Amino acid sequence: MTSIRSAVNRSATTTPAASPRLAVLASRVRFEEKSIMTALDRRGIAFEHLDPRTLFVASGTSYTGPRLVLNREVGHFRALYAASALESVGVTVVNSAAATHLAGDKWHTSAALLRHGLPTPRTALAITPDAALAALEEIGYPAVLKPLVGSWGRLVTRVTDSTMAGAVLEHIAAMPSPQSHVVYVQEQVAKADRDIRILVVAGRALGGTYRRSTEWRTNVARGAVSEPLAPSAEHAELAVAAAAAVGTELAGVDLIEDLEGGLTVLEVNDRVEFTGLQGAHGRDLDVAGAIADLLAAGTRT
Amino acid sequence: MQQAVHAPECPECATTVTLDEDARVSEIIECVDCRSELEIASVEPPKVELAPEVEEDWGE
Repeated sequence: MTSIRSAVNRSATTTPAASPRLAVLASRVRFEEKSIMTALDRRGIAFEHLDPRTLFVASGTSYTGPRLVLNREVGHFRALYAASALESVGVTVVNSAAATHLAGDKWHTSAALLRHGLPTPRTALAITPDAALAALEEIGYPAVLKPLVGSWGRLVTRVTDSTMAGAVLEHIAAMPSPQSHVVYVQEQVAKADRDIRILVVAGRALGGTYRRSTEWRTNVARGAVSEPLAPSAEHAELAVAAAAAVGTELAGVDLIEDLEGGLTVLEVNDRVEFTGLQGAHGRDLDVAGAIADLLAAGTRT
Repeated sequence: MQQAVHAPECPECATTVTLDEDARVSEIIECVDCRSELEIASVEPPKVELAPEVEEDWGE
């Protein structure tokens, strides 16, 4: 038997005595989380707001909490372990702990994409910084070194020759976390000054954006500008397949176009941010509404 | 139309912080004066705190 404890904020549609079947797990309520909560309120769908900073799951008592949890936690490890703990007591988590495990780690994502035969840039996983230098010779320059876990383009480094790579890897070797010493090496694909974000909800490409930037990293968090994109059949098919490869029901799939127009999958984001995409589409697309509808369907099963 | 429902102070610069009508607990807002990132700790009664620093594994 199990108990769950967390600071809980109930939605306006929740009666004090009732525990809703649905919860939104988030330590930070940003544009995305607030939009989803508002969409749930508008649909009259009761939910709790679970704050992972005060969440624990322990054996010993009966579990009576929400049966369905939308995982919007911004921290990867909190999100991963919260999902795993909740699933251990029978809760359905969107996205699942397994999907967060794959999508939240760049190597696990690459391995899943390769297992499913999907196009993705040439990648090497070097188990030590020394091995990374040899891996770079294999991959070729310019190449990109990425932390296994992390987002928003942080610590993603483009290296153009072995001298530069050696210096960067020396810094990586000095980092305290053992995980940091496992180096993800990826070819830098020659591409246009834009990449593509496709939002996948329950196996459907809901919408997309081109993201343009004056620098080589096209993260919205780094100032990239989003422009609306109606996904083509090719975009949709590849994005949906990539989302499925890592087991995500909700995903932001990043695609890049090489100079010949060929598409390849760069990332699958499991706790997708959609401020840029929503802003680009305006009233033509209701991302939070689509997510709320997915959750509504889940609470009825 | 957005309305101020309460007026806590920014813990960094003591500027009055206006919470929107639809403010939610844990919502991240920005101080209009010093641009500090603030977290709404409570809506009733209104309370804001400095938002936590970004951690290495944050993102999407």
